[in-house]
Amino acid sequence: MQFSWKKILLATMLLSAILGLSGCGYNQFQSLDEDAKASWSEVLNQYQRRADLVPNLVATVKGYAEHEEKVLTEVADARSKVGSMQVTKEVLNDPEAFAKFQAAQGQLTSALSRLMAVAENYPNLKADQGFRDLQAQLEGTENRVTVARNRFIESVKNYNVSVRSFPNNLTAMMFGYKAKPSFTVENEKQISTAPKVEFGDKK
Amino acid sequence: MFLNLKTGFAVLFLMLMLLASSFVQAELAAIPPLQALVTDLTGTLNPSEIAQLDAKLKAFETEKGSQIAVLIVPTTQPEDIAQYSIRVVDQWKIGRAKQDDGVLILVAKDDRKMRIEVGRGLEGAIPDLYAKRIVDDELKPRFKQGDFYGGINAATDKVTRLINGEQLAPPDRANADGNSIGGQNSLAMFVITTLFLSLFLTSILGRFFGAAATGGVSGFIATAAAGAGLGLFWGIGAFVFALIIPWLFGGGRGIGRGGYYGGGGSSWGGSSGGSSWGGGGGGDFGGGGASGDW
Repeated sequence: MQFSWKKILLATMLLSAILGLSGCGYNQFQSLDEDAKASWSEVLNQYQRRADLVPNLVATVKGYAEHEEKVLTEVADARSKVGSMQVTKEVLNDPEAFAKFQAAQGQLTSALSRLMAVAENYPNLKADQGFRDLQAQLEGTENRVTVARNRFIESVKNYNVSVRSFPNNLTAMMFGYKAKPSFTVENEKQISTAPKVEFGDKK
Repeated sequence: MFLNLKTGFAVLFLMLMLLASSFVQAELAAIPPLQALVTDLTGTLNPSEIAQLDAKLKAFETEKGSQIAVLIVPTTQPEDIAQYSIRVVDQWKIGRAKQDDGVLILVAKDDRKMRIEVGRGLEGAIPDLYAKRIVDDELKPRFKQGDFYGGINAATDKVTRLINGEQLAPPDRANADGNSIGGQNSLAMFVITTLFLSLFLTSILGRFFGAAATGGVSGFIATAAAGAGLGLFWGIGAFVFALIIPWLFGGGRGIGRGGYYGGGGSSWGGSSGGSSWGGGGGGDFGGGGASGDW
């Protein structure tokens, strides 16, 4: 069996190319990318589930508290805005569209929490079994959204770390893998400004 | 001297920062290890009550396969009970892996809060609404009277009844850990082993028989390590690989050199596929369930 050094060199290169492809992060990108996509779908699912609850909720509240038009229309508006958004897989790779998506969902979140706060003022509404069921479902869904978001943030973090760290970033550049946008705290501004405390009896 | 003072302050500051950050991490309520299905950190239930509950839940697990766990902690502060509870189930992973049929009944005694956390696979059997009703109708009134055992007992009864109405896979513990040889390490091992094996065997037996022997031996090893399906695949892959190697090394003995290596490339992608979810057979939770207080 006669070895020719050229062939050995070729074999070594082939080997290292195969091993290198898994070592340079390309395969890792694939699995982390899929991870991020899967957890993104979960986020979308849960947001959809919440959006589906809204019409029933609005109708129920309306039955007891039709004076609260402002809050009710706010919720309805936010809901239709969320519903009209085209959410595709591309949102995941487009920071601008992602920010828009987050803003729309954030608006619905705050509108819904205002609606639930208003509902506290109507004892009959609070006693209504249908409303209480919807409330339980909404609570559950918001909680699922939180969990899904946290998992999404985690998976995007893993992906981004992999894409940005050396030497993977070279591979990422070569194949066009970019860092993905992730969720930030929704009401950043509200949190960073101290709440104003007012005592109601001064006119 | 002045400089030294400055560095001294800097070091002090750094240490304080480190200390502070470690405090921040320590602040979250600790999660106890999962040792039994009933865990009481507050001493609320007496030992015979714990034993009774535990026996009941264990019996249900062997009968139906689903795991229901009970955890009583003094407090979940600074976290919300829902946040704490999802951390607990993420760590405990109760329920079977693919079925995701675990339920956690969590009581934070000093916070006067409770939560039923429902695994993904049971979200159909126990929707949030039902979980909420169990919280409101079973746990709340009894907890108000201080009857913790009664409340938890009644809640577990309700939960088991709901799960019993659901079609789940029968309980089996046999193939709990069918660990596969996973990922890139084994791929590298495979390549290197096959390389040497085939060099050795083809030089003794000739190209075709050497390759066949390589395939056979590799396949046999893979079968022993990872089961027949993967082993067969592995063996064929090794055979093809061994056929190509002599060509690369210029050691071909007479047989025409074309055509053999076409299939080689495709078998690579496949053999690294069986990785990821091996080990840690646990149920997944998506945040389903309901919370309440008393």
